Amino acid sequence: MAKVLVVTSGKGGVGKTTSTAALGAALAQSGQNVAVVDFDVGLRNLDLVMGAERRVVYDFVNVIQGEAKLAQALIRDKRIDTLHLLPASQTRDKDALTPEGVARVLDELRERFDWVICDSPAGIERGATLAMRHADVAVVVTNPEVSSVRDSDRIIGLLDSKTARAERGERMEKHLLLTRYDRARAERGEMLKVDDVLEILSIPLLGIVPESQDVLRASNLGQPVTVCAAATPAGRAYAEAARRLSGEAVPLSFSAERTGFLGKLFGRRAA
Amino acid sequence: MTAALAAAPRPAFRFRGRSFLALSLAPTLPLDGWLAELDAWTARSPGFFSNRPVILDCSTTPLDKSTLSRLVSELAARAIRIMAVEGLEAGSLPVGVPPAIAGGRDASSAEIARRSESRAPVRGGALYVEEPVRSGQSILHPAGDVVVLGSVASGAEIVAGGSIHVYGALRGRAIAGVAGEPGARILCRRFQAELLAIDGLYKAADDIDPALLDRPVQARVGDDVLLVTATD
Repeated sequence: MAKVLVVTSGKGGVGKTTSTAALGAALAQSGQNVAVVDFDVGLRNLDLVMGAERRVVYDFVNVIQGEAKLAQALIRDKRIDTLHLLPASQTRDKDALTPEGVARVLDELRERFDWVICDSPAGIERGATLAMRHADVAVVVTNPEVSSVRDSDRIIGLLDSKTARAERGERMEKHLLLTRYDRARAERGEMLKVDDVLEILSIPLLGIVPESQDVLRASNLGQPVTVCAAATPAGRAYAEAARRLSGEAVPLSFSAERTGFLGKLFGRRAA
Repeated sequence: MTAALAAAPRPAFRFRGRSFLALSLAPTLPLDGWLAELDAWTARSPGFFSNRPVILDCSTTPLDKSTLSRLVSELAARAIRIMAVEGLEAGSLPVGVPPAIAGGRDASSAEIARRSESRAPVRGGALYVEEPVRSGQSILHPAGDVVVLGSVASGAEIVAGGSIHVYGALRGRAIAGVAGEPGARILCRRFQAELLAIDGLYKAADDIDPALLDRPVQARVGDDVLLVTATD
């Protein structure tokens, strides 16, 4: 049975699109059929991050309005066979998404794929609530800083109230993905520590993605981080997070604690 | 020699909603006839209207501005003080006439005759919240206490008729005693609240001693002041 995953955050610019592409690519590389769907109508970015911006003919809104079939709008990734992208429209806005249309398209996607990953726009209005509406699993992307944490808390509240699962009385599986984590700054007290964020949000930790220049590089090259920077700490973190989503118990490789002098000599290098 | 400025204590400023029972008089036209009836009635029960708040109910007989002004002054001459006018738009009231009011409900005449003392607040059971209260959520329970078995996030609020107990960190707003209960208290395990209020008396985080941060804290009303103290 297909799983619909929503990557959401509340706050903008924390790494939802980057994470959607990275997780989607990692899951597809492990052999599963994955569709990544861009819900950010009018400000689409997923096509850029996936390197597909020059192949967009039809988009999500076209499919909803019956102007194109789903098969015509889906773009197959050039590098990974089992990875497809459903881009958003750039010329319209979020009002073009209708609850019925979204439900219909997601149902169709569920039949063809093992994972349907919905890249949510920032905010708590229509685009974000539609992206989370039919999700089975949520990945809440958070930066270790106060505005992001509070916005993530708000989104978690919405995940527990405004989704089809919540309305049916079922629990939505929620995971925290902490991105742009800078351990040195956390130690200096400039950023929140992992434990602080977990204490405030109280949802299980999926992974910690360290702050990394590889992410921006990958984005500008139009490649998911797990494809072009798989060996870097950020790439590894995303790959492990994808394995955890699939149910594997993978210990956290990114050490969040302070390493002493000896630890620096003999321990693993942190980002 | 410079004199140190002592920080003046901020005056207590409270606001709340209160409901009162008022007499409602509904005038009919012609006005002179109605006033004559009124005079006949007060002749039989002198002093009935003195010191009672009276509302003028114009919902069935809308009066124009000049008639309304005249009516209010005629009633004032008879020592009947009008508090507000029901049934007319605020815009259609002339200057010098009491304000418009809406939302009146009928009450039994026995209640009107009795001079009411302060009512005992209606109390129900406690509301237990077992999940953390997320940012943006608002828990409203005017009937009694609210007990949160978790934390209350920044940007969330708890509004209770009775006391509020948080077995976790209180990071949002806690508003207790809203049904008019000054004995209500707010207790939490870790204090990081944005605002505390009990029965209309409130303090924002800025006005609370910063030494109380992250400690178990109790808030209560004493001598008409909101007291916030540590309980450890």
